[in-house]
Amino acid sequence: MFAPQFDYYRAGSVAEAAALLAEHPEAKLLAGGHSLIPLLKLRLAAPSALVDIGRIDSLRSIREESGTIEIGALTTHSELASSELLRSRATALAEAAGMIGDPAVRNRGTIGGNVAHADPASDLPAVLACLGAEFRVTGGNGDRSVGASDFFEGLMSTAIGEGDILTSIGIPTVDSACGSAYAKFAHPASRYAVIGAAAALVVDEDGSCTCASVTLGGLVPAPVRATAVEEALVGTRLDAAAIASASGLTGDALDADDVLGDVYASAEYRRSVAQVWVQRALSSAAARCG
Amino acid sequence: MSASTFGSGIRRREDPRLITGTATYTDDIVLPGMLHAAMLRSPFAHARITSIDTSAAAEAPGVVAVYTGADTEGEIGPAPCAWLLPDSGLSIADYHCIAKDTARYVGDIVAVVVAESPHQAYDALDLIDVDYDMLDAIVEPKESAAEGAPQLHAEIEGNQAFHWTVTGGGDIGEAFESAAVVVKETIVQQRLIPNAMEPRAALASYTQATGELTLWNTTQNPHIVRFLMSLVVGIPEDRLRVIAPEVGGGFGSKIAVYPADFITVFCSKKLGVPVKWVETRSENYQATTHGRDHVQEIELAATSDGKIVGLRATVWAGMGAYLSTAAPGIPTILHGLMLSGVYDIPAIHEDVYGLYTNTTPVEAYRGAGRPEATFMVERLVDLLAAKLDIDPAEVRRRNFIPKFDNGHDVVTGLTYDSGDYDGALTKLLDKAGYDQLREEQVEARKQGRYIGLGLSTYVEICGLGPSQVAGAIGFQGGLWESAIVRFHPSGKVNVMIGASPHGQGEETTFAQIIAGELGVSPDDVKVIHGDTDNTPMGWGTYGSRTTAVGGAALALAARKIRDKAKVIAAHLLEAAVEDMEYEDGKFFVKGSPDSSKTIQDIALMANVAWNMPEGVEAGLEATTFYDPPNFVFPYGAHLARVEVDAETGSVTLQRYVAVDDCGPQINPVIVEGQVHGGIVQGIGQALWEEGVYDEDGQLLTGTMLDYAIPRADGLPDIEVHSTVTPSPHHPLGVKGIGEAGTIASTAAVYNAVIDALQPLGVSSVRMPLTPERVWRSIQAAQEDN
Repeated sequence: MFAPQFDYYRAGSVAEAAALLAEHPEAKLLAGGHSLIPLLKLRLAAPSALVDIGRIDSLRSIREESGTIEIGALTTHSELASSELLRSRATALAEAAGMIGDPAVRNRGTIGGNVAHADPASDLPAVLACLGAEFRVTGGNGDRSVGASDFFEGLMSTAIGEGDILTSIGIPTVDSACGSAYAKFAHPASRYAVIGAAAALVVDEDGSCTCASVTLGGLVPAPVRATAVEEALVGTRLDAAAIASASGLTGDALDADDVLGDVYASAEYRRSVAQVWVQRALSSAAARCG
Repeated sequence: MSASTFGSGIRRREDPRLITGTATYTDDIVLPGMLHAAMLRSPFAHARITSIDTSAAAEAPGVVAVYTGADTEGEIGPAPCAWLLPDSGLSIADYHCIAKDTARYVGDIVAVVVAESPHQAYDALDLIDVDYDMLDAIVEPKESAAEGAPQLHAEIEGNQAFHWTVTGGGDIGEAFESAAVVVKETIVQQRLIPNAMEPRAALASYTQATGELTLWNTTQNPHIVRFLMSLVVGIPEDRLRVIAPEVGGGFGSKIAVYPADFITVFCSKKLGVPVKWVETRSENYQATTHGRDHVQEIELAATSDGKIVGLRATVWAGMGAYLSTAAPGIPTILHGLMLSGVYDIPAIHEDVYGLYTNTTPVEAYRGAGRPEATFMVERLVDLLAAKLDIDPAEVRRRNFIPKFDNGHDVVTGLTYDSGDYDGALTKLLDKAGYDQLREEQVEARKQGRYIGLGLSTYVEICGLGPSQVAGAIGFQGGLWESAIVRFHPSGKVNVMIGASPHGQGEETTFAQIIAGELGVSPDDVKVIHGDTDNTPMGWGTYGSRTTAVGGAALALAARKIRDKAKVIAAHLLEAAVEDMEYEDGKFFVKGSPDSSKTIQDIALMANVAWNMPEGVEAGLEATTFYDPPNFVFPYGAHLARVEVDAETGSVTLQRYVAVDDCGPQINPVIVEGQVHGGIVQGIGQALWEEGVYDEDGQLLTGTMLDYAIPRADGLPDIEVHSTVTPSPHHPLGVKGIGEAGTIASTAAVYNAVIDALQPLGVSSVRMPLTPERVWRSIQAAQEDN
């Protein structure tokens, strides 16, 4: 567990970090370090240099501005989990963040580092995709905002290009009655998601579902929308029978060839029981619509 | 005995330094000029080493030396196996500390780099160029025994390390042929990976001018390390000092003396400077010994009213690529002799095949053989109950050995010391509210919920053991323990023991023994252990033997002190020795308790020796070497309640109730802690833990991301109760408690899960009971229906 040799730079600002990245193309950004440091220690990564952005305070905030909750990339999981704003307006995100790892991990790990690493077993990608998040990227290719479906390109792969820095993540807020939830089947050792299901629901004044977003993570290389489940829910009153029936369509979203398996839980098993976690996320989300 | 000390739950004196991070572990020790070793380990499970080029590594920054098997030839012998199991055809393959021409498991050492820093040493490992010719690997013990299996050692036919049998009582064939009922099962006791908080480490400091070596080592038994190290590296024992500083847990994995320990000493001897080696956590998973790994085919014969008439088993025990220090005794002596469990079984037969496989060597792991035995017996008893449709508690009662307080022979040849198995079960069922729980289960089933109750009634063998027996069973050492009790002039006490506690709390409980015997405050007693230069010889801390054997040595040493103190007190009080009385640290003439001498008064006089009785030596000190007349046999009854989510297969452990009997408890809080930890490790086997190799011998669960050890959030509050049945032969009546929980709990949880699944027609699931395995067995049972 000894990392290979690397140079270390600490950036005081985003601009300085961008300049360091331009100067050292082989460098990696270091935020909370909870994805990168284990890779280094297992010698699965050997960057020539690390650019530490962990002390750029301007990247650490959660605030609401004109219909969007803007979350700085260095916001820690424990800050997400305890944010009153997120708990009330983006419940699934706070809920998922509170299920990551253990308190020590949540106190150091950041939302930006988490999604930039794009581990398929990570919790946040599925939740952010479910909530329609936009990823703000600056650097080598100019400033841009990327939607979740484009941001998560595949297994540990994102739209963050060479010299880019992810600075914040925006989540659109909804004015109507809505609720969201995250249900997770955690691996007993790593606490990563074997299956993660995120659900967000919007209802009209009569309690009828007008919009449903359901996303799966953990068992697929990148977050997957369960569109058949979503469509089946719209127009229902989100009672237990409607949720059970819609959840039964979860398998439609999961191409058997894409589902991941490992020594703990096979692809076949995960695909078969994923609907249970979708059902649980939907039940919680529906209960929160009020 | 003083009621305020012996038997009270005073706080562990070890904890402040452990909790505040001020304890000194091997890795904390820094010596001037110290170098660092890193081991190059084979990435392949079975491969011929055709060439090694170390030239680039030798020139890397900071590198001082690189050694391969060729360099150690003739300098260090093979790592020894020290349990020479008799009458078993034992075949020991040479375990070269650095592989000579063939690597036989992922983790087998191929070369060592010594450098100025650990980082430089690890960087240089990448520069060693090794050519391997791949060979077929075998990882499953039963498959290793099959014809045509890849062979590990040219000189050992069929990969068989040994074939051991136990036969006792009546004719086993006859018992099965005439039985009304036979139940059978195949059980995989999966491979477990011990996870001590502190990885293994060694710091060797050899002085070439004097030929003396000091070795700091993470070990459970420094005196055994000295003994074996001396044999393997050729340094005489008198010049070899082994120190086990703070040791962060072991669970059996720090019994063995490992190749890396010998290599570290070799490097220091060669270079004449201190050399430290600390394994990484990944190395810990690969190369520190594993536990269990049995395939068991078992069957039980009984009468139609549930009375057991015979038990028969065949076990294939994976031993790994080589036999570790104590390995052959684990699946045999500590396993097969316990197959009668708490029951009166008239005929028992077991064959155990120990097999080499291309895996990490398998050694003792908490319970070591007894959990595997208890599981077999407790599983069979439950299968019998299910077959006869009798409550599992009732089947147990029909077969229990009746209460005994001074010896009971079982057909495997052991004499249990004392026990009241029905008493433990009765207390358990009462504390758990068993009848009520069964009623709740019936109600839950009506609602489509799957609640299960599991029982495990166990007895275990610990306090290893009489040395005469050690010799007879091939253990290459004694099994006695020693203690020195030394009173200083001020009345303060040093206790030096040969055993080597590493987290169990004997620094506290042994002070309580002295307090109980001699009336001093436990705060006035310092317990010293772990350094071969300042402790008397002892055989180590494992097999729940430290209190059971070492505690007895200490109590007897204290009684010698008391006898001598009484003579001195009589002299000072001008009375006859036979007129003296002792109570709670004071000596007085019968009938005159007001005029007394305290043990502290005596300590002062004995040390200054101004006025000693004729013929009595100065000083107040005693040494005892205690060789127990028998093992001790703690026992108990445990109950688990689980709920299974049939949709996903996930198991929730809802309740766990334990009744354990380890005799009188020196410190009930420490006993409870040992019971908690033990139970949790056994639950880990039932629900979460498994060391998995793929068919090429790659360890798939090689990190803490993959290998699931228990966590508090998966556990209920554990309800701990006890009964007290003294051992008739121990001076304090105490038995061991370090492993009891682990020995009992795996079967309790497993039986509960199967009980929960009974309406779904599931009777067997491979451990650990992961959601997928449970879910698949439900699916399979439903297809069968």
